Amino acid sequence: MTLKIPRALYDQLRQHGEATYPHECCGVLLGEFNEAGEKAVKAVVQCGNTRTDSPANRYHIDAAELVRIQREAMLAGLDVVGFYHSHPDHPAQWSVTDLAEAHWTGCSYLITSVEGGHAVLTNSFLLEGVEEAKHFEDELLEVTEQKP
Amino acid sequence: MPIKILIPTPLRPYAAKQSIVEVTAQTVGEALSDLIAKHPDLRKHLYAEDGKLRSFVNVYRNDEDIRYLSKDATPVKESDTISIVPSVAGGR
Repeated sequence: MTLKIPRALYDQLRQHGEATYPHECCGVLLGEFNEAGEKAVKAVVQCGNTRTDSPANRYHIDAAELVRIQREAMLAGLDVVGFYHSHPDHPAQWSVTDLAEAHWTGCSYLITSVEGGHAVLTNSFLLEGVEEAKHFEDELLEVTEQKP
Repeated sequence: MPIKILIPTPLRPYAAKQSIVEVTAQTVGEALSDLIAKHPDLRKHLYAEDGKLRSFVNVYRNDEDIRYLSKDATPVKESDTISIVPSVAGGR
């Protein structure tokens, strides 16, 4: 499975992680699904991290913000295709917590490692299965030169 | 009265791939019941075995979380929109 994202949006989400360093950033990916289930990102929405108690290693997007983003996306003809967050000084790999707190099956979860304030690696993981038997699959992240 | 329910991406496979389902209801509880009646496969994805909404499932009437209103008894009117959004969280 592939997630396509224009370079400008790819850079934007990575820069968000640099801006919030040493805290985790988070946001929503809006776009389209095709018949094969592949996703194309058309917009990135930066969100606030409500985990002000532990922002260096935890993130949470306010449900009220998600409601607004989902509603406005539908009006714009877009879908929520995934989410992104950063791992300050930690690998761009999903954690036990990332999996436990992931509930949007069929969507992509992007993780960027931000080391010393600089975005290094961004990986994409597709959440598959059902809640009782969910898992992340590595997903091909294709950065395109197409304008958003 | 007809009420719109916005269906999040992960639940659309169980709602005939629809992003919006129109139901008839006067409360959020009735709206969700009508939704389940139309799409029975949604039940186990929305509700735990004890019949309560799963903890990570957030239900909003417009921009208000029903947990802080009257939960299932929250009244709805025709211009209202019900949104279902699973939680988004994690961390290293």
